Order: sequence, then structure tokens, then C-alpha cells
Amino acid sequence: MKNIREKENRTASPRGMKRRSFVKALGGGIVLFFAPWSAIDLSALAPPQRRSLTKDYNAFLHIAEDGTVSCFTGKIEMGQGIITSLAQMMADELNVPLEKVKMVMGDTELCPYDAGTWGSLTTRAFGPAMRAAAAEARAILVQMASEKLGVGTDQLEVVEGVVSEIGNPASNVSYAELARGKKLERYLEIKPSAEDHTQFTWVGKPLKHSDAFEKVTGRAKYTGDLKLSGMLHARILRPPSHGAKLVSADLSAAEATEGVRVVRDGDFIAVLSENRDMADIAIVRIKAEYTFDELNVSDSTVFDYINRGEYRANTVREAGDLTTASQQCTKLFEHEYHDPYLAHAPIETHTALARFEEGKLTVWASTQSPFGLQDTLVRELGMSLETVRVITPFVGGGFGGKSPSQQGVEAARLARITGRPVMVAWTRDEEFLYDSFHPVSVVKVRSGIDSEGRIMMWDYNVYLAGTRGAEVIYDVPNARVTSHGEDRSKYRVHPFATGAWRAPNNNTNTFARETQIDIMAAAAGIDPFEFRLRNLKDERMTGVLRAVAARFGYSPGKLPSGRGIGMACGTDAGTWVAFMAEVSVDRSTGTVKVKRLACAQDMGLCVNPQGALLQMEGCMTMALGYTLTEEVKYEGGNIRDRNFDSYSIPKFSWLPDLECVIMDRPDQPPQGGGEPAIIGIGAAVGNAVFDATGARLFRVPFTPERVMEAIKKPKV
Amino acid sequence: MMEETIRFKLNGVDTELVTDPNQILLWVLRNHFGLTGTKYGCGIGFCGACTVLIDNEPARSCMMPVSDVAGRSVVTIEGLEKDGKLHPLQQAFIDHDALQCGFCTPGMVLTAAGMLDKNPSPTREEIVAGLEENLCRCGAHKRIIEAVEDASGVMRGGNVK
Repeated sequence: MKNIREKENRTASPRGMKRRSFVKALGGGIVLFFAPWSAIDLSALAPPQRRSLTKDYNAFLHIAEDGTVSCFTGKIEMGQGIITSLAQMMADELNVPLEKVKMVMGDTELCPYDAGTWGSLTTRAFGPAMRAAAAEARAILVQMASEKLGVGTDQLEVVEGVVSEIGNPASNVSYAELARGKKLERYLEIKPSAEDHTQFTWVGKPLKHSDAFEKVTGRAKYTGDLKLSGMLHARILRPPSHGAKLVSADLSAAEATEGVRVVRDGDFIAVLSENRDMADIAIVRIKAEYTFDELNVSDSTVFDYINRGEYRANTVREAGDLTTASQQCTKLFEHEYHDPYLAHAPIETHTALARFEEGKLTVWASTQSPFGLQDTLVRELGMSLETVRVITPFVGGGFGGKSPSQQGVEAARLARITGRPVMVAWTRDEEFLYDSFHPVSVVKVRSGIDSEGRIMMWDYNVYLAGTRGAEVIYDVPNARVTSHGEDRSKYRVHPFATGAWRAPNNNTNTFARETQIDIMAAAAGIDPFEFRLRNLKDERMTGVLRAVAARFGYSPGKLPSGRGIGMACGTDAGTWVAFMAEVSVDRSTGTVKVKRLACAQDMGLCVNPQGALLQMEGCMTMALGYTLTEEVKYEGGNIRDRNFDSYSIPKFSWLPDLECVIMDRPDQPPQGGGEPAIIGIGAAVGNAVFDATGARLFRVPFTPERVMEAIKKPKV
Repeated sequence: MMEETIRFKLNGVDTELVTDPNQILLWVLRNHFGLTGTKYGCGIGFCGACTVLIDNEPARSCMMPVSDVAGRSVVTIEGLEKDGKLHPLQQAFIDHDALQCGFCTPGMVLTAAGMLDKNPSPTREEIVAGLEENLCRCGAHKRIIEAVEDASGVMRGGNVK
């Protein structure tokens, strides 16, 4: 038994409950503590972490006396399906039936620290660590069986949670029997490797959502569905816009409302009632006055505003000599691309329930970052880590927007003031007001080709969006990629919060790069598929391009062919992805109808092909929003879109035919699948509009007005 | 506040409630009856997460005073199962994996149930039109349409695909 240390008296825990009482709470059985070393360097991928990943051991696996295996993880389930795919990996490593695996997720007291569920990191970063822990657990159980049966470990095999002697199945013992009556703790210190056995029972098998039954029957509990005795519903007084300062508030009418309690702590004013309706009525009875200090910028002036600013430049890649290369190019291209603010708009708004009990705070919250919220609560409420617990029930969509969890702090403050459990469930209006929008950005690209249609020069400048997806990906001898104002918080550009929106800013960068590529292909008179292949060396990229073309039934044509077909490719979350789109354009109105979308994705080993497919379809459908309609309208700090009446997200009638290809790569480590299939839809659709009309689009979304403007613009 | 006695049928059971008649049906269902499958999504009837069936017609509960359902029959997602068996639409949503986060799912299922009650054999276009005003942010639209097509076949006595 390699690398196993048993330690006693490990009572110090970085979180909630002391380890001793945690083990006690689990009851009997075998508990495996595990240090979550990651096979990938997380610091390069994840947003800055407020806490460094603990080097201490964490509760990870529990084999109960009935043979149930529980995996404790700080990750959360928000529809992306990891509750299923993680269990699949676990079942395979431990050789147990899938139904014996239970996932315990997003509870800061029970689960090991996790920075948050984002970046399509669960499968690629957490997965290998969890698999290694499970494989080690299996080895321990086999060792225990060997002692019990008096047979060497090499003579034993495990089938469905039962360890038996090879050739003598009567000599056997189940995991349940091994765990029965035990109170065993083991501490593992292993460094997992991504490569492993390739004989899977569950991994690679398409499995449907394991939580579908609860969700179709209304049994699934989201945060807002919880109810505690004595609970109050709160509504909080909000400023009309960002940057507004409260001058005065007349609370008398609200206070006179039956069954309503009004609380005030400085500018933080709330009304609370056992009845949500009464809180809704009381909040509008508050007469408040504000002063306004706003940026003179709006959705119609923001790009000029950005272009007037000065930002710190960070050159992330530089190769060759751009100046000399520019002189050698036969054709040069210089274009600017614009990308607006986008709202996350999950159907479940930010919601939290807070309760103080015996000096301990428990917050149930719809959050992508339970540990991040725990840290914030500790800081904002002046509490110690041990006295704050965050629990994450089902989350009704996140897309990056539920990494910030301000509502949890609001509920906790009100619970402390009132001494009662308090539910804060944002209205849709509040959801738009406090959303951390996908940031507006500008990309400027200068590029050039030679007479053979080879890209010789690439000078890429992205403003305020960051570098995810800004890789050149093409084989270009002279290239420079510069990110300007990457730390957006330093520049007073955004009057409101901005943050990660599904595949943060990769949509921006892929739209700019792949449109520029298409422009060059058109100018060179080369079919855009052929043009890409000619300039790509990366075989996994050409692999997905060929695969999507085959599925789409692509036949070559020079741009614009009139057929309305466009394409794009790129990488995200370690995954290679290529797209094709077919559109029709109404030349009299500028309305774009997306008829077909195809996507091929190389994500290495695919743990749950069904779950991956759902994520691809979801990405492609969601992408129609940023491509065609989504754009937050605002003036200074005043956000004009406050509900779905004016902010238009994809609807059933928009749905094109969707075709998806997942490359078969069982020998490659698994990569992210929650985001890649969203990145290239904007570019593929824009390129398809050019192919249909000869009109080039440089700004998403492609509203009818912008398409008409492009159609009417004289062609160069 | 004047309280009134409101009588209606809730998930097949005769129900009596003494309440302010202006209370919103959504909050009455969730807070008073604990039927939390009916969700708040936008509060202005634009997203459909709060959909319930009133006399078999899909209706938005987020703007409806509870007095509006007096003498009528209200069915929520919790009332769709019959004798411990899932409604064919619920089964079809599971079979087609027609959901991700699941938050819009009750509203989708009930909207489809109301549609199939009126039109047992809808075309694909009719299904799209019937679901058009229900929003799903995860992008499960394709599978939801397929699930409804499938369920309509089952309900007409056909075989499950």
C-alpha cells in the first residue's frame, strides 16, 4: 500500500465543523481524506482565488456501512450535468454500480474547499483528482478484503462493489461488509496523473441527467423553495441606477403596512414580511430621493468612449517582425470589432436564505461559489470561518453570473438585524440592475496575406476583454497579440459590475479573429474552408474543421457565394471546436434567420457523451442571443433593460437545425465542455451573412438595422 | 385589508382559503400551499416559469390575484402525476433529457399539457408556437420540442419512441 499515512489527532480543520465531529456526523464506515492536488495548474486558468487551495487533507470519499459511496465536492450543479458525470468517474474507479454513488455538493461544512464552479474546469481539473482518490480507495478496500479473506490482493477482483477471489467467487466480501462496524479514517497523499486505465464501464456511456425526475415533478428544491419556521421575505430598497446616492427616505407609509417590518442600517433599507406580497407592496411605498453622479456614456457612445481611453498594454505573444512582414504582404487588412454588454439572465434570480442559530450563520444560496460567499460573509459580517456555513441547493442557471453572490450577504445582514430567518429573492429588475455583465469590448486587427493566400502578418489588439480565446491559432510567422486594459476595474469605463459570461470573452475574440480570417479568404478569392486549412498546422484544429464540414455536407465556394454559409473555429477550456452556419437574410428588413448550425468538438476523453451533447446544444442555442439580439441598453449608470420585455433571449422559433459531432479521443485527457460550443456562433453566422449578401458585419448583435446598414454600404 | 373566503379546486382537491383576495396566485401557491414547483422568473408574465393550468388552460400565476381562480380548477406541476405515475409529458422530458437547470421545466411541462389538451396532434410548428412565450436560458429548446412531440404520440395511444 503505497503513499498512505494514517494520522491521529488531526483535529484542526480549515472550515466549519471540526474534522472529528464531521467524521462522527457521517456515522460508521470508511472515510478517506485526500489532498486535492490538481493535474493542471489552476492558477493559470481560474479567476484569482481568494483562498489558496488547501494543502491540508479534506473529506473526500465516504464508504458507508450500506456500501454507498459518497463524494464530497465544493462544486455545484446548475444544469451542466456534473452531478452525473462525476458519479460516472467515481463508479468506474471504485467498481461500484452507478446508483451506489451519491454526490454531496456545494456545502462549505461538508465539502472540501473549491474556488468555484466555472471555466469548464470540473471535469478537467477536479475530475483527475477525484478519480485518483477513488482508485486509491479501491486499493484500500481490496487490501482490507485481502486480510479478511486471507487471499493476496493480486488474486482478487472487484465487480459491482463486491471483492471476490478470482476463480472462486464464493470467497467474497462486499464494500458494505468491509465498511460495517468500522470507523476508519485514512489519509491519502498521492499526485494523480491524468492517464489511467481505459477500460471503463460508466465513463464514455451516454447518461441522462440523474436529477431529471426531481426537476420534472417540481420536487427539486432551489434556494427560493426552502422554508424555515418564522421566516421573513425581504425586499430591499434599490437605487434607480448605479452611482445614485440616497439623500433621504420617508419610511412612514411602508411602516404603516400591515404585517411589515422596516429595517434601516445606513443606506441599507429593507421591508420584511412573512408574506412576500406584503413586502412587494411595502417596498414601493418608500419615498426616496437620490443624487446622481454618472458617467456620460451610453450603449450608443461607448465604443468611441473606449477608443478615447488609455490603457496599460500587455503583449502576450510576439513572433517575427511585423513591420518587415507588412511590406512583404500583397494585401493588408485593418478592421475594428465591437461587442456589447450582455446579461446572464438565468431564469432563477439570485436568491438566498439566511439563519442565525446559536451564534452560527447558515446561508442557503443560488451561487456558483459557495466558498467565495463564505469568505465574503466572514469579511462583511465580521464572523469567523468556523461559524459560517454556505449550502447550495439546485441552482437555476448561472453562466458566470452567480459567481458574485451579493444576495447572500443581504440575507445574512437582515437575519442578524431581525433575529429571524430571512429570504432574499431578487426580482427580475434587481437581477438586471446587479448583474455582472459580460463587458463591452473593442478588438482591432491588422493582418496581411501573400500571393499564395498565406497569412504573413497578424497584429491583434483586444481592449478591455482579456485574452481568453485571443490565441492566433493559425500558423503565422509574424504575429503579435496585445491585451489592453486587461484589469478593467482600474479604468472607469463600466458604470456597473462586469464579470465572466459563459466562455468569458472568448466569444469576443473568436468573433474578431474568425471574421478577419473570412475577410482575408474573400479578398484572396479562396474558399474559406480551404483558406483556414492552408493556414493551420494544429491537427486537432484541422480535425474538427474537417469533421464539421463532413457533417454539414460542405462544398467549396468562393465568398460571397450567395448560399449563406459561414464557418469559424477556435479553442476554449482545452477543447478544439469548429462551426458551420447556414442563414437566410431578408434584404428588405435585414432580418437574419439562422437555419442550420453544426459544431464539431474535440474534448479529449468524453466522460458523458449525452451530457456533453446537451452542453453543446445549449451553447449553440444560447449563442443565438449574443449573435442576433442581446445587448444591454444603458445611459450612464441607468440600465434601461430591466426585464425580458426589452432584453430578448433565444426563443423556440429561433431554433435552427442543430448538428453536433464529438470527436472520439479516448486516449486524450478530458477537457472542458460547458462553454466551447458557444464561442464561434457569432463569427460563423456573421460570415454566413456575408456569404449570403456580401455585407460585412463588425458588431454583434446583428440587429436588422445593422444588417440593413451593412447591405446598403457601398462595397469596396 | 379585507379578507375573503376563496374556494377553488387545487390539484383535484376542493380547497378553501381565507385571504386578501389581491394576493398573487404565485405566492399563495408557493408560500401558503408549499407548491414550490411553480417558479418566479420575471414577475410580468414574460418568461412562463410561473405557468399553471386554470381550467386546463396555461396561465401565468405571477400577476394573477388569487380571487381570479375562485370557482375554478388550478393544476400545478405537483398535481400532474396520476396514481403515482408520471404524466406522459413528464416522462418524455426525462426520456429526452429535455432540461438542464430545470428551473423553467414545470412551466414548460404545464404549457405543453395545456396545448395538448386542446390539440392532441400538434405539428412541430404548432408546438413551437405554443411554447414560444416560455423562456429557457440553458438552451434545451430542441429537446423540449422533441419531448412534446413524443408525449403527444404516447397520449394518443402510440408507442414511445
